[in-house]
Amino acid sequence: MARIGVFICHCGENISATVDCTKVCETTAKLKHVAYATEYKYMCSDPGQSLIKEAIKKYNLTGVVVSACSPRMHEPTFRKACAEAGLNPFLCEMANLREHCSWVHEKSESTTQKAIDIVRILVEKVKHNAALQPIRVPVTKTALVIGGGIAGIQAALDIANCGHKVIMVERSPSIGGHMSQLSETFPTLDCSQCILTPRMVEVLQHPNITLYSYAEVEGLDGFIGNFVVKIRKKAKSLDEKVCTGCGLCITKCPVKKIPNEFEQGMGFRHAIYVPFPQAVPNKPVIDREHCTYYIKGKCKVCEIVCPTKAIRFDQPDEVIEAKVGAIVVATGFDIKHADFFPEYGYGKYKDVIDGLQFERLASASGPTSGEILRPSDGQKPKNIVFIACAGSRDPAKGIAYCSKICCMYTAKHAMLYKHKVHEGNAYVFYMDIRSAGKNYEEFVHRAIEEDHVNYIRGRVSTVYERDGKLIVKGVDTLLGAQPVEIVADMVVLATAGIANNGAEQLAQRLHISYDSHKFFAEAHPKLKPVETNTAGIFLAGACQNPKDIPDSVSQASGAAVKVAVLFSQNELTREPLVAVVNRMGPPMYSTCVGCFMCQPVCPYQAIEREEYKTRDGKVIKTVAKINEGLCQGCGTCVALCRSKSIDLYGYTNEQVYTEVVALLNDY
Amino acid sequence: MKIGIYPGCSLEGSARDYNESVFALAKAFALELVQIPDWNCCGATAAHNLNKELSLSLPARNLALAEKNGLDEIVVPCAACYSRLMTTQYELKNHPELKNKISEVIEMDYKGTTKIINVIEWIDKYIIPKLEEKVKKPFDYKVANYYGCLLVRPNKVLNYDRVEDPQTMDIVMNKIGATSIDFPYKTECCGAGLSISRTDIVSKLSGKIIEDAEHRGADAIIVGCPMCHSNLDMRRTDINKYWNTEFKIPVLFVTQAIGLAIGLTPEQVGLQRHFVEVKLAEKI
Repeated sequence: MARIGVFICHCGENISATVDCTKVCETTAKLKHVAYATEYKYMCSDPGQSLIKEAIKKYNLTGVVVSACSPRMHEPTFRKACAEAGLNPFLCEMANLREHCSWVHEKSESTTQKAIDIVRILVEKVKHNAALQPIRVPVTKTALVIGGGIAGIQAALDIANCGHKVIMVERSPSIGGHMSQLSETFPTLDCSQCILTPRMVEVLQHPNITLYSYAEVEGLDGFIGNFVVKIRKKAKSLDEKVCTGCGLCITKCPVKKIPNEFEQGMGFRHAIYVPFPQAVPNKPVIDREHCTYYIKGKCKVCEIVCPTKAIRFDQPDEVIEAKVGAIVVATGFDIKHADFFPEYGYGKYKDVIDGLQFERLASASGPTSGEILRPSDGQKPKNIVFIACAGSRDPAKGIAYCSKICCMYTAKHAMLYKHKVHEGNAYVFYMDIRSAGKNYEEFVHRAIEEDHVNYIRGRVSTVYERDGKLIVKGVDTLLGAQPVEIVADMVVLATAGIANNGAEQLAQRLHISYDSHKFFAEAHPKLKPVETNTAGIFLAGACQNPKDIPDSVSQASGAAVKVAVLFSQNELTREPLVAVVNRMGPPMYSTCVGCFMCQPVCPYQAIEREEYKTRDGKVIKTVAKINEGLCQGCGTCVALCRSKSIDLYGYTNEQVYTEVVALLNDY
Repeated sequence: MKIGIYPGCSLEGSARDYNESVFALAKAFALELVQIPDWNCCGATAAHNLNKELSLSLPARNLALAEKNGLDEIVVPCAACYSRLMTTQYELKNHPELKNKISEVIEMDYKGTTKIINVIEWIDKYIIPKLEEKVKKPFDYKVANYYGCLLVRPNKVLNYDRVEDPQTMDIVMNKIGATSIDFPYKTECCGAGLSISRTDIVSKLSGKIIEDAEHRGADAIIVGCPMCHSNLDMRRTDINKYWNTEFKIPVLFVTQAIGLAIGLTPEQVGLQRHFVEVKLAEKI
């Protein structure tokens, strides 16, 4: 006979402020088969858990109903407590009195009544719970890192240094990401390339890391510990093993005027190119969209000049499959470009540039070798205006969030400008200065006090050109909303950081969630900032939201530890809450008639075919079988099954009917 | 094709030239314009500052009259009237509870089915397709197209053109041979209704618009709003006094420029009514 224990939590005052917990306790104690009921202020605390454990032993309980918060919050906590007291953890259920009752209703009789009903149906359900055993699955101890920016590099190196294999996939021809484009970094003004390029080389040379550059993740199957990833290695049109990276082909390529992505369109590259001299791997690829041979069928200059005969014009894309146990997504971000801003000229003024373009202008390896020269005529700008929050914090532009990095890099830009153009004037229009970070506030003050950057608090309404100058019209809100007009030579927009191009498609391929701005979503904003909702897939860097380098690196190391934790086990256990097709003896074998209507509706491709054969191999019956490694327990197949042959462990039809009946019946 | 027209007060008064040019174009392109019978004030700038119901009822009555008279589409040449009529349609569409109340006030059914178009949309839809064959004297001038505020704002209500840098008038003007210049003042404020109470502010603001247009070498400023026109044209003496200069650039309604291009006489499009003489150098 069932002996159920009911444990009612006050959740501080979260529940007890609107629900009469004592009444719930007294009423449910009288229910049939309830052997024990009690209440406590914090059931999830150590004494609360001890209460449950002792009661299980003392009253020899066969089932437990913890009436507290959402099972998403504390079900694992209480199931673990039950297991410690010797009760199968799947005989513990949670009645959600907080999210489903006390938080959404006013204090009243009927609120308490609803709480009683919730507990009542769970008491009935738990009587039908089965003592399930966790499913064990093996772990492939290879990690996939998607994206070769600083976050991906950090995660890959950390995982590789733990002794695990890493596959890194980067879609551009070189790793390094946005950080490789930066001139100097805040708040120390150390050279970005100097701190990054050694790490890029380390990735290439690490024995545990396999790097696929110019490659993209095309598909993902499987589940935590056992993913199968499909990677498309785009044709580089040369044999990397033969190429020595001498660069002769690049110098001889006749197609020279392709806007250089690495220089943010401010310089040109050839059709065969490496993105930048310090690229890793430092071997060129042919851009087939612009290459004369692929367009007109003639040229092949690169092939002719190549001393090692490495060019392969007919090289196809290669799709490979790899088994990985965990995935770190570190695909980074993009920024809005100047053409997004009608009020600043829709990008039609050459001297209105974005922050990344300014980075290239200030960079020693950039198109001007580090001299700040305006793009239109190569003159040194005497007056330069920086506009912070261009797009960010502006719901009218569809971007309500703060891009976080702009305040700091704008201060850095203004500083770099003043260091290079001593006689020039730098103006920064800002909304608020958000410089929370170690040594950040001091950095901004250095810009204002030591480098005499003029900070003007206010927005810029418009930028237009007149007589070759840019007229910047704004307002100074600290001087009583006084209009300000600055005749500038160059304007730099600190444009909003946005999700990277292709983020949505990648998220869908990986089955991870993303927010309305296409940034990838973490499993919990505070306590699971590195995990995604899909087990085994972790986030690092600005693919989650705009982040600076220290934050990206910290998170990447965090993600690496999560992977290492996963790889520290040889087997994973997962909850056995999966669907199952019934089985019985011959001649039926199963009530399943093998219609396989369930197969196309399964979102996880978990339904397989199983054949029953005679000894001489004749098929007697074909029935559905569910791969418990793949099944996520969504229940779609259960609802669809015509012969009611499928059931979901933990939520069987019987359990659900019992709950409904309990609700309808008097007690 | 019968299209309704809501003239509003300006087109019968200070902007008679605008009215004349609209009807001259309609005649030249064989378009029938039917005035909404018994139309009334749109409420202008006054009503919506004082009483919301009144500000919705006045335009709603005109729209209801258009419906009653079978005018499915009406052109509203005055940008301010256009704004009031569009705002009313928008408000009543989004607040059905107001609709019944307003119907009671105006003692007429209001369905909200009338399509309201501004003068540029009217030109785009009915004149542009037949324009090419009719252009006799290309309007070969550099023009600064001035949209003002109400032709394109608020975007939420009008859903018309780009708010910060509208293009529709530029495209129309280029079609008759003009060169539309990059004109950053195209949506700056002209001073609007302060024309009466604070002429000095209008002189300052309108003066900036005129100065920039002249500075960029424009031969004419093109407008689609009677208010803009009166501030830039009628207030020119005040403007010149305020700026202590002699701005000479003429201000034409877009319909007047098209009229000239298809060979109508200056009188037919009402140019003689301007305060600033329209002297455009003959181009060969």
